[in-house]
Amino acid sequence: MLGPQRKDGLLVIASVRAVDPGANLDAIVDIVVEGGTITRIGAGAATKEILASERARVISGEGLLCVPAFVDLHAHLREPGQEYKEDIASGLAAAAAGGFAHVCAMPNTRPVNDTRSITEAMIAKARSIEGPALHPIGAITLGQKGAELVEMADLKDAGAVAVSDDGRCVTSSAVMRRALEYAANFDLPVIQHAEDHALTEGALMHEGAVSTRLGLRGWPRVAEDIIVARDVLLAEVTGAKYHVAHVSSRGAVRIIREAKARGIRVTAEVTPHHLTLTDASVIGYDTACKVNPPLREPEDVAALCEALADGTIDCVATDHAPHSSLEKDCEFAEASPGMIGLELVVPLLLARVREGALPLARLIDALTAAPARIVGLSAPTLREGALAELCLVNPEKRWSVDPARLRSKSKNTPFLGKSVTGSVELTMAAGRVVHDVWAQGEVQAR
Amino acid sequence: MGHHRGRIHPGGNVTTTPRARYPHRHLLGIEALERTEILSILDAAESFFDVSRRSVRKVPTLRGKTVINLFYEPSTRTRTSFELAGKRLSADVINISVSTSSAVKGETLLDTVKNLEAMCPDVLVIRHQASGAPHYVASRTNAAVVNAGDGTHEHPTQALLDAFTIRRRKGRLEGLVVAICGDVLHSRVARSNVLLLRKMGATVRFAGPRTLLPPAAEALGAEVHDRLEPALEGADVVMMLRVQRERLAGTFLPSTREYSRKFGLNEARLALAAPDAIVMHPGPMNRGVEIDPAVADGSRSVILDQVEAGVAVRMAVLWMVATEAEGEPIAGA
Repeated sequence: MLGPQRKDGLLVIASVRAVDPGANLDAIVDIVVEGGTITRIGAGAATKEILASERARVISGEGLLCVPAFVDLHAHLREPGQEYKEDIASGLAAAAAGGFAHVCAMPNTRPVNDTRSITEAMIAKARSIEGPALHPIGAITLGQKGAELVEMADLKDAGAVAVSDDGRCVTSSAVMRRALEYAANFDLPVIQHAEDHALTEGALMHEGAVSTRLGLRGWPRVAEDIIVARDVLLAEVTGAKYHVAHVSSRGAVRIIREAKARGIRVTAEVTPHHLTLTDASVIGYDTACKVNPPLREPEDVAALCEALADGTIDCVATDHAPHSSLEKDCEFAEASPGMIGLELVVPLLLARVREGALPLARLIDALTAAPARIVGLSAPTLREGALAELCLVNPEKRWSVDPARLRSKSKNTPFLGKSVTGSVELTMAAGRVVHDVWAQGEVQAR
Repeated sequence: MGHHRGRIHPGGNVTTTPRARYPHRHLLGIEALERTEILSILDAAESFFDVSRRSVRKVPTLRGKTVINLFYEPSTRTRTSFELAGKRLSADVINISVSTSSAVKGETLLDTVKNLEAMCPDVLVIRHQASGAPHYVASRTNAAVVNAGDGTHEHPTQALLDAFTIRRRKGRLEGLVVAICGDVLHSRVARSNVLLLRKMGATVRFAGPRTLLPPAAEALGAEVHDRLEPALEGADVVMMLRVQRERLAGTFLPSTREYSRKFGLNEARLALAAPDAIVMHPGPMNRGVEIDPAVADGSRSVILDQVEAGVAVRMAVLWMVATEAEGEPIAGA
């Protein structure tokens, strides 16, 4: 499914623009990958001898961009329990197609990933697939019920990289304080879904002029801001690593900026959809635009983009949330929140780079080194001797977001049927090719 | 007024098709309507108004057409009004009441609609607790869809019958000052009314406690007041909204007593309005809460006129959406 994965092969990417802010690299270079490792990188690295090798597969990098493969801190892969929406295999295939080498999976599976055995089972399943690496995120509380802490040390030993009750906010200040203290004991970041549920009961979209016009109950910004403000105070008291999931409001951006200025250990992520869409997309009651936290107003989008550009928001995370027609082909109030995102990061965010809203180097950092640092993974990088985890992007290639092209089992995105610019042509994870449009061309012809 | 009479009745010459004057397949909300289309509906309603006052209250206009009233929320007034409107046009009318609890256990809205569609109705009149439900249904059915109230979004036929009543009493809509008072936050009547009245050139004022005013309410085109008095000052029309019993004690409002004392319409407050102001209420009323009985039953009340107008307006709407354009089936319109 994922194309040829010869780890012993010789891959040459000739004359490509390589961008890796972590390696201080933005230049036209040749990249030589042998045995899953970047063996040579630089102008003229592909010598005549290498190019002449019978083993060599040579890709012309002209017009392409080579960047470190991406790291997603926030995906819902739905396995175990809701495999009709997505499973680890389809989710990782979507991740590979989107340029990712590492995917952190949220614990709101059925059952919830709150024990070592589930974490281990997820990792074992992912290893059997040989795609991008899967890093489970354990729950903070048993069953994500917000009351009793999970065995965080055990989860970490099993391979969990963080804890989160994502989808549910840890609303109790006492539970959150203890969670931060205990997680800090084992150096696990705590990822908060910041939503004061008492302020969002029955909420269906962002609270504002559009929700008033559509008669849909509003989810006010302040419900996010209150939790972020409280949590940064708790993070300060406990010294724990606190990470805010899917920041959506300009108020939360301001609180995070101030907290960072005061030296508190807070990090934050933003989704591609919150960087590109506003609440106006909900007009017409398109359930694909129902997400949690909701799409907000143009001034929030501007504030989020600015915060990502200046580093206040550390990274981009997809909040890839697959849902089937059972959850989305219905009246707006009934629909489950969420949209898929793994395969659309590159086109959506390169558009913001082209507009001048986001420097390319910052975007690459926000997709690679920054998220890896938050959860303690070694970041994909374009350096000699590094494991080959990279992707080749054609920034000018237009493609149509057809259901048949998407690897995700679910097709819940408002971009379905739309034409977008920017395509991931090849992805390598852990030294293997896990996505390859050229190879897929051969598969289709077979 | 009434200049369309004869054109549309049997034996009369139909010089304009309803479709030509109402180029939509459905009536989902006031938002999508042009001023001229609103006028067409109101004019057509004038033509139908007398039908209900005759000894034989029926015309054959929609003979052979089928109208299904699909109500997911309890309703007496609106459902009866649509039913009578259909029957007085000679349509076959079926009423389906779906209690929320059985819908939860049973099939999806889409499946219900697809099953009904298989029986070839011409018009689906739908009331649903989810805002946007009629829009969703309209995107998935060949029948014409009429929104009889969706969640806290719109109630277009209520706004049309209110406009009809105001126009009959005042002779115009343009230039009037209309105060819409009470639980604006949860009111689809308020939303449809402000949209319609603004399109027709009226000034709209919302008034209510801040807990019951929608966020960014001024974006709907209304002036917003948190007390009744400034909104009533010189108003030509005072429209009181029902406040739901369950909101009268809790976090929205402390008590019925305080609500009626500060936000109820009584004779003293009504005296602030224009001397010839009319009083409206979409019903059902909470007597003694948002409206004093003396005002509800007083000479300026047009509350029962609204109910009578409802049948004529719904006849006009059903006629417009159910009548095929010449040589053009509804499905292709």
